[in-house]
Amino acid sequence: MKDKKKERRFMRLKEFWRRLKKSKMAMFGLVILSLLVAIAIFASVIAPYSYSEQHLENKNMKPNSEHIFGCDDLGRDIFTRVIYGSRISLSVGFIAVGIAVVFGGLLGAVAGYFGGVTDNIIMRSMDILLAVPQILLAISISAALGTGLVNLMIAVGISSIPQYARIMRASVLTVKDQEYIEATHAAGATHLHTIIRHIIPNCFAPIIVQATLGVAFAILTAAGLSFIGLGLDPEVPEWGAMLAGGRQYIRDFPHITFFPGLAIMITIFALNVLGDGFRDALDPKLRD
Amino acid sequence: MLRYIIKRILLLIPVLIGVTLITFTLLYITPGDPARALLGPSANTEQVEQLREEMGLNDPYIVRYGNFLSNLVLHQDMGRSYRAKQPVFSVIMSAFPATLKLAALAVAIAVVIGIPLGIISAVKQYSVFDNVALILGLIGISMPVFWLGMLLILQFAARLHWFPSAGFSTFKHMVLPSIALSAQSIAVIMRMTRSSMLEVIRQDYIRTARAKGQTEAKVIIHHALRNALMPIITTVGLQFGALLGGAVLTEAVFSIPGVGRLMVDSIKMKDFPVVQGGVLFIAVAFSLVNLVVDLLYASVNPKIRSQYR
Repeated sequence: MKDKKKERRFMRLKEFWRRLKKSKMAMFGLVILSLLVAIAIFASVIAPYSYSEQHLENKNMKPNSEHIFGCDDLGRDIFTRVIYGSRISLSVGFIAVGIAVVFGGLLGAVAGYFGGVTDNIIMRSMDILLAVPQILLAISISAALGTGLVNLMIAVGISSIPQYARIMRASVLTVKDQEYIEATHAAGATHLHTIIRHIIPNCFAPIIVQATLGVAFAILTAAGLSFIGLGLDPEVPEWGAMLAGGRQYIRDFPHITFFPGLAIMITIFALNVLGDGFRDALDPKLRD
Repeated sequence: MLRYIIKRILLLIPVLIGVTLITFTLLYITPGDPARALLGPSANTEQVEQLREEMGLNDPYIVRYGNFLSNLVLHQDMGRSYRAKQPVFSVIMSAFPATLKLAALAVAIAVVIGIPLGIISAVKQYSVFDNVALILGLIGISMPVFWLGMLLILQFAARLHWFPSAGFSTFKHMVLPSIALSAQSIAVIMRMTRSSMLEVIRQDYIRTARAKGQTEAKVIIHHALRNALMPIITTVGLQFGALLGGAVLTEAVFSIPGVGRLMVDSIKMKDFPVVQGGVLFIAVAFSLVNLVVDLLYASVNPKIRSQYR
């Protein structure tokens, strides 16, 4: 029986992949994202220089054969910093969304599963968080926690919780009354077991779609926070912080801000097209 | 309808009280001493301690939150800015018009450009136009507003000198920031319009309208667009909220004296009453926009109108 279940899951995954493969854009996004992840992992191998070492004689150097993206106002190699920046942005994006999915998903699942007062308390709290635009919420949380990588992840993560709570609750409501859930009760399963083993796995499709787009949003938000000086310190090779650092030289040395911005855009682009592809591949309405 | 509006506004009250609780708590745990920030590093401990006492910073959490809330509810008083020594309300009100203008202009640009582009894309699905618009839309969504803003400054302010790069006093000042801020929304609204129109165009009544011999333009605008409008309105409403948030970053790039910039400065200066007031203010604006969107919904779709009792 267990093998059959596994086999069914595998078949579903295969079907999903078959449908995802048909979208050229999604595959393009997947390739770019894989490249970015590889760059982030092997940053220390790829980067030609140190990301923090200052060579003031190279101050504001324009792109050339030795420094292909040029150097910033402190003479640091921009190519190196952009490479290392992928590490920071991707980890902030994925971990922040991880936090939001775990907590938001759990809150939403509990709210949808139990309903009544529990549902009301959880969802009204989510309404409060949703009443503040997300970036503003992230700014306030980030101000309270202080700057730093972990705090940035938490701030962006918490501010994304309500979306996942809502999606999870909505999908729990649709599966809750189905027969197989009743069957688990009849078999004597606890609530926790039912939620974790049977309800959450069946609500995963919409969460995956939202999470992919959410990573993009989290990276943008984190870069935005660093840009206004509330995320990471300018020494850290974070793309948003690099943009902030080069801002005052935009007129004479636009290369300082061009490359980090381009890196953000490419990353967000890849995640967006991949998220769109996931949505189409998981949408039962589009099933051929 | 009136009863529905009143009910919605009453439902807003607990949400906004929740917002004050959250912002108050966040600022309470924010490290840094406002009294110290105000007096500067040269002041001695006694002076700082005295000012803390005067500002009520030594009171327990519950007392401070209670004072804040009762002042807010009973006297409509959000406290005084530590820095500007003025009521928070007037500090925010002096910054709010710039933010509102910026967001409204960006929404207007996004609607005027996004909806027609989406319609054309849907009508000419899979054409060259559709594909180009699709890719431009994806780029628009992926473009960080602060980077786009800097690129616009570089090209149109620094190189071409068409527009100023900072400030917000004349219409010319507003052009670049509102374009930067609207880019993402143009893309989102365009994509939503396209998919919503595509869904409608396939319906039977569109075929009927065509069979009746109506002109294509009339079919698209009267029959298709009208029915495709619902999700588009929701998207536009959601975008307005997103733009209020995005305005924070845009204001930073273009040095616009709006609420976003005020709040960022206030966070850095530990001027907590202003931060708190700013969050509350934007939350109110955001909630009201959502309410208006819901009401617009009703006026577009008679099917929903009957539920608003």
